Amino acid sequence: MAEPRVRVPSTAKQGEIIEIKTLLSHPMETGHSRDVYGKLIPRYIIHTFTCTYNGEEVFRADWHPAIAANPYLAFYTVATESGRLRFEWIDDKDTVYATEAEITVV
Amino acid sequence: MKCTLIWQTARLSRRTLLQRLGAAGMLVVLRPAGAWATKETVQQAIRQLIGAREPQPGGVTLRLPKIAETGNSVPLTITADSPMTPEDHVLRIHVFVEGNPEPVAATYHLGRRAGKAEISTRLRLARSQTVLALAEMSDGSVRSGTASIVVTLGACVEEVWGN
Repeated sequence: MAEPRVRVPSTAKQGEIIEIKTLLSHPMETGHSRDVYGKLIPRYIIHTFTCTYNGEEVFRADWHPAIAANPYLAFYTVATESGRLRFEWIDDKDTVYATEAEITVV
Repeated sequence: MKCTLIWQTARLSRRTLLQRLGAAGMLVVLRPAGAWATKETVQQAIRQLIGAREPQPGGVTLRLPKIAETGNSVPLTITADSPMTPEDHVLRIHVFVEGNPEPVAATYHLGRRAGKAEISTRLRLARSQTVLALAEMSDGSVRSGTASIVVTLGACVEEVWGN
């Protein structure tokens, strides 16, 4: 499984609104499509995405099968202090995909 | 098991039994592959997420292409009008896809640290439809916005023959 990719500015001014872009490789099987034998392919999606900023949750997403494969997500947060942003994706098999990014706030 | 039961209780002739089984088979064939979202299921999903509150149209903008060749990955950006201060901000944005088998696409939890009430995502759309977004504000009100899209080739369907 490919590593999740995130784009976070490495430095920001205190109070600045920063854009965060994330991407994860995942089939996001809807549970509604069938294979060549007509058998239903079981649902296999990322159902939860969270972003924590120095341990505090700043953004979360609950996903359903209508989210495209290889889910892309862009959102914003306020640069409050230097530290670490942690990103976690959880799928139907309880696999957790995680990555972190450092930010310096001046 | 069911068939033996019918056989015993009604003492059907083989011919009628076969006819009935055939009819039952037809029913199965005629049913669509998956149940689609209906006006009712969309309403139910809305009520589950925002309760009895009535969404006020406006204040939520959806950027969605007018036409998509396939519904597999359709970019969507949602912006809600909000100063995003600790006192007045967007708590959650819900996305509904009435033309898909399941009415809810996603819920995004923003809150007071989001800074800007905007998210970008990519949807999988089964057919042409109107996408609805509801924004739950910190004062308890709910705003709504919609965007319609024509999907030439829906997602899900062609995946039957997919890799």
